[in-house]
Amino acid sequence: MRPLKTLKRLYDENNQVVVTEKGSPPRVIFHGEDFLLEDLPLGTRVVFARLPLQPVPNPKAAIRWALNHPEGMDPLHALLRPGMKVTIALDDISLPLPPMVTPDARQTVLEIVLELLADSGVDDVHLVIANALHRRMTEGEMKRMVGEKIFDAFYPDRYYNHDAEDPNGMVELEHTAQGEVVAINRRAADSDLLIYVNINLVPMDGGHKSVGTGLANYASLRAHHNPKTIRDSESYMEPSKSALHRSTERIGRVIDQHLKVFHIETVLNNRMFDGATGFLGKREEDFTEVDRLKFEVLRYTLSKLPRVAKRKLLMSIPAPYDIIAVNAGATEPCHEKTLEACWRQYSVPVQGQSDIVIWGVPYISPYNVNSILNPLLVQVMGLGYLFNLNRGIPLVKKGGVVILCHPAYDEFDPEHHPSYIEFFNRLLPETRDAMVLEHKYEQEFATNPSYVHLYRKGHAYHGAHPFYMWYWGENGRQHVGKVIVAGAENNHVPELLGWERTDTLAEAIDLARGAVGRSASITLVKSAPILQTDVRL
Amino acid sequence: MTAKAAFYDVDGTLVRTNIVHTYAYYAMNRGTLSGIAGRTLAAAAQVPLYAALDLVNRKWFNEYFYRAYAGLSEDRLVVLGEEMLEDVLKPAVFPKAKDLIDEARRAGCRIVFITGALDFTVAPLARLLGADDVIANKMQFVGGIATGKVIPPIIEGANKAHAIRDYCVRHGLALDQSFAYSDSFSDYAMLAMVGRPTAVNPDVRLRSIARAYHWPVLDLR
Repeated sequence: MRPLKTLKRLYDENNQVVVTEKGSPPRVIFHGEDFLLEDLPLGTRVVFARLPLQPVPNPKAAIRWALNHPEGMDPLHALLRPGMKVTIALDDISLPLPPMVTPDARQTVLEIVLELLADSGVDDVHLVIANALHRRMTEGEMKRMVGEKIFDAFYPDRYYNHDAEDPNGMVELEHTAQGEVVAINRRAADSDLLIYVNINLVPMDGGHKSVGTGLANYASLRAHHNPKTIRDSESYMEPSKSALHRSTERIGRVIDQHLKVFHIETVLNNRMFDGATGFLGKREEDFTEVDRLKFEVLRYTLSKLPRVAKRKLLMSIPAPYDIIAVNAGATEPCHEKTLEACWRQYSVPVQGQSDIVIWGVPYISPYNVNSILNPLLVQVMGLGYLFNLNRGIPLVKKGGVVILCHPAYDEFDPEHHPSYIEFFNRLLPETRDAMVLEHKYEQEFATNPSYVHLYRKGHAYHGAHPFYMWYWGENGRQHVGKVIVAGAENNHVPELLGWERTDTLAEAIDLARGAVGRSASITLVKSAPILQTDVRL
Repeated sequence: MTAKAAFYDVDGTLVRTNIVHTYAYYAMNRGTLSGIAGRTLAAAAQVPLYAALDLVNRKWFNEYFYRAYAGLSEDRLVVLGEEMLEDVLKPAVFPKAKDLIDEARRAGCRIVFITGALDFTVAPLARLLGADDVIANKMQFVGGIATGKVIPPIIEGANKAHAIRDYCVRHGLALDQSFAYSDSFSDYAMLAMVGRPTAVNPDVRLRSIARAYHWPVLDLR
């Protein structure tokens, strides 16, 4: 018989912060393609994501309503005239994570928008994936994103990936007042109307960042994808406290002066898991016997599979996300409403910082869909995304310890991440200083013809991309005193990243306490599902 | 910016042909029926020997193979070289080869072809793809007639690496900032000589080396 206290907790669904007590259940923690099941020290604070918000009851109706009631612009139908040239830019496969069950939100939006364009006599329509310096999406991924009907009608001539290195495919507009280069895709620049279809998963995305980053080139991205800008950002997940966003806003305003841009922004809830993996979205206090059984089955299955098969299995499970909001119109007023919806879903109030913060690092990041979470991506997940998922005040105290749970294996995907391999093996042994790396090597990698070729003709991230991954962790690196990888399977990967390693989480906590004191406060953040801590001091 | 170059092997890297295809074109364009038959049959009869030599030592293969050119006139070879570009080489250029060269040029590289083929067969292709220079084997001619001997050093294997180093010294180029592209393990020395090697359409041994040394691997096909 459960004690009354536990039963009360079971029904207190709105409580996202639980303090570990005697009798608290062990926690399920992501560890790459595996899971840890760990008992945490008494007093450890555990932060959970909010429950998924209710979806809009009829997504198509919500999209139509947004198109007819946009923010700061005329309705979409009023902007259309026969014979005009329209480009529709789409967020790439880095969003959402994992890829959502079909139909993807972008497909749902496109089905409505393309019908409206056709009814208005607009035939000159191109669909451009705004992948910036990310890898080109494969044919199969492109088909999955927009559905077979749209794919067959537009691919390959009118549905393609943006190419930031196409010498004839980019247009440079005027510079910003701060001298930032503003360059965007020529087809978009030459269009009478640019429609941007976005998926907003975290507050970093959307707004001016959509066009100003997604359709830009290396010269333009350099303005804000640099270590100084990241150091100057308290959190790049909180636009009001992010120098990165201030730069993209300046760039975006120049674009808006030259182009008519109509944004359609969708916000998803955080329903990342369902069915057999649905328990991953629950607090362990709320696990049923069936949930425990499902977890044990999953853990056992994964333990018997080679890593490649585990990865394949996990990547094949789509997320059952729902649309919780759709906004349309001019960049800033539209995005303001989008951010409000984002925070409703993702923002979790937390009282005070912690000396030690533990994050489980899952198998997937924005940059390794259908690929490997290599060491640089583990770094960007830990000190980049997870560290920055706050609203301006980091969860870990200055000089505190971050514990990341991941095997930190030395594996890279030569097709998707060829320049990462050289960065990791040639540059990191020389220096981890982001400023030095930028100054000495970024240009060399960015212009390396082999990497340019692999980006343009293969499915590789651009030669500059590993640098961005390193810069992304810069304010985390500047802030924390120590990073420990719990369960790292080798010594050299943590060492090259400037981290320490332990075999188990318990050892990592001991090591961390050795650095910050036996009475150190500890917080475990249970993400995924994604959450953004709103730390109150 | 540091001056640098991109060195490209040709056969199998930029085009799908090799020196045997080239020779076959000359043999088939001998001018007389007996000439065509004679050279073609002679070449066919020696295929097993060529294959064995190539396997054992690329230098021996090149030396032996180029003996087949003996007796051909220089002006005829040059004219046929131009015709061969249209008939054989142009259709055999890998679809993405021109892009790769253009990307290197945009990166500020001097474009140099380095090949074990004969200079008069490569020159038209170099012009087509926009190479600045060609380092290739040179046939010895006496009285305008090919002797079948190549003027040493034969450009292959380790000599390609020496040629690249000499070229960089002569032109003030930074070897450690330069690029090299090849499809074959036999060009390992040339790839290892530069700071930025890349395997292109690699054979099994080169692919394995490229993976081990973290060299990028491209597919231009």
